Amino acid sequence: MEPIMAIAVGLMYAAAIYMMLRRSIVKLVIGLMLLSNAANLLIFTSAGMTRGAPPLIPEGAIVPDGIVADPLPQALILTAIVIAFGVLAFAVVLIHRAYNILRTDNLDQMKDTDT
Amino acid sequence: MSFEVALPILIPLLTGALCVMFWRYNAIQRALSLAGSIALLGTSIWLMVSVYNQGHVVMHMGNWEAPFGITLVADMLSAIMVVLTGMMAVAIAIFSLSSASPSHERFGYYPLMQLLLAGVAGSFLTGDIFNLYVWFEVMLVASFALLILGGERAQMEGAVKYVTLNLLSSAIFLSAIGLLYGLVGTLNMADIAVKLGQAENPGLVDVIAVMFLIAFGIKAAAFPLFFWLPASYHTGPVAVSALFAGLLTKVGVYALFRVFTLIFNQNVDFTHEILLWMAGLTMLTGVLGAAAQFEFRRILSFHIVSQIGYMILGLALFTPLALIGGVFYIMHHIIVKTNLFLISGITHRLLGTYDLKKLGGIYKSKPFLSVLFLIPALSLAGIPPLSGFFAKFIIIRAGIEANAYVITGIALLVGLLTLYSMIKIWAEVFWKKLPKGIDDTALTEGRTSASTVVLYIPVVLLAICTLFIGLNGQPIYEFAEYSAAQLLNPAGYIEAVLGGSQ
Repeated sequence: MEPIMAIAVGLMYAAAIYMMLRRSIVKLVIGLMLLSNAANLLIFTSAGMTRGAPPLIPEGAIVPDGIVADPLPQALILTAIVIAFGVLAFAVVLIHRAYNILRTDNLDQMKDTDT
Repeated sequence: MSFEVALPILIPLLTGALCVMFWRYNAIQRALSLAGSIALLGTSIWLMVSVYNQGHVVMHMGNWEAPFGITLVADMLSAIMVVLTGMMAVAIAIFSLSSASPSHERFGYYPLMQLLLAGVAGSFLTGDIFNLYVWFEVMLVASFALLILGGERAQMEGAVKYVTLNLLSSAIFLSAIGLLYGLVGTLNMADIAVKLGQAENPGLVDVIAVMFLIAFGIKAAAFPLFFWLPASYHTGPVAVSALFAGLLTKVGVYALFRVFTLIFNQNVDFTHEILLWMAGLTMLTGVLGAAAQFEFRRILSFHIVSQIGYMILGLALFTPLALIGGVFYIMHHIIVKTNLFLISGITHRLLGTYDLKKLGGIYKSKPFLSVLFLIPALSLAGIPPLSGFFAKFIIIRAGIEANAYVITGIALLVGLLTLYSMIKIWAEVFWKKLPKGIDDTALTEGRTSASTVVLYIPVVLLAICTLFIGLNGQPIYEFAEYSAAQLLNPAGYIEAVLGGSQ
């Protein structure tokens, strides 16, 4: 399972970078979305994909018996998804406002503050 | 329980929440924001005192023992950074009393400012790498919204670049955390440091180290990833850019200091060599970029980049004296840079522009303001006896002692070019005659209005701090020395966090 996931994650990073290099500001935001999801999947994969029981400790024991799944990566991803959702919602509103004010969605024409 | 570690995070959060409750009452929000900032400064000094007495102050959230729960840790470096955050918060809160326009206040200027401060303080105090990511995001979201308050053309363009590069940095940071977790199976920084020492795959450790380097390098605006900073910092409201200039990039520098002394200290020849080159090129490109500019805040923005190089240089040389220099430089820089941005705000109030070509004649009618500018400007360039001289002196001496002559030469040259930029601002804004056709009624009217006097208060206070560090550097040096000793001895940090379980 890990090799397939590794390739999928790599492809997602590649797609994200490709989208971010396009001129359209909408594609830039799509690229950012792909990037944050690629990072989430990377956490999921690199933390180890074990087929195991829920990590519940039986009464009276200190450690769970048998193989259990690691719950922490899923908690991390959940947090990261929520954060990415909030930030990207802001980004979408920002590009909408930017388009209204600048009347362009071409990143090449947004150079006034660079020089 | 050591509540003083949590208070610098809780106070701004609470103040921000109260400000939201008084959404329609700007006067109450102003008062709350000032009171909250003063409380933040007070608790941060309390924290500093207890760190000075105990070494490390540790608090486990919800009483979950490390490494299972989230831990807040304050060592001397964190405490210094939090105190500086408190000082800047007070300065900006006073400045905002007069500079924040009602249209900004209506869209949540004060709550966002407090949220930003909470994010900054949280980043300085957390002892958990994923929690650091969360605080970064808290800080970023608040800074995004603050940067576009007003919604002008330039702000939109600047914000697109700022948002994109910072989200990219967050994604790289998150990926690096994922790989690190896969390697060591823990998120507590002290625990990572222990487990990484026994990691069987040193190649992967180096890869992760470089990913952290890139992620924090973008946040700190280090070469070659700094382009978002001069493209965006000069577009926001002036109090906001002053706060950003002082604090935000320094969070990135702090994270570099923390991670590359505590966690990635196994392969110093490799990682710190990269840091060294990064530092040299950051100094040089920043100062050369500034030389080409003719806009007050853009010159200052490029100088932020250049000064970041000195701080990273302190880390890269990785000797006790160099780390002292790096920490001393951060202290000096935050105060001076915020002050220069605030002064640019006052000149904007007087003449309505930041363009050097359209400014002039301020020395003739406002000599006091001109002296106030000279103090931080000459300090930034490193003229004795101001704070910048000692900061540069320590770093350059550390460079010579480490036989790094090329980088020391670059640091000296950059100091000279900084002086050139500051003299350019002095000559154009303060010394030369006001160009014809510029409205100078605000400049020449005899009486200074009460709202302008409010703008002067933080500038005077920060200038006094600069003079104090310059004329009485010994106690500040001792604080820096204390923090450098802790940074070079990660075992103390690890023992303080993990306690007897080690």
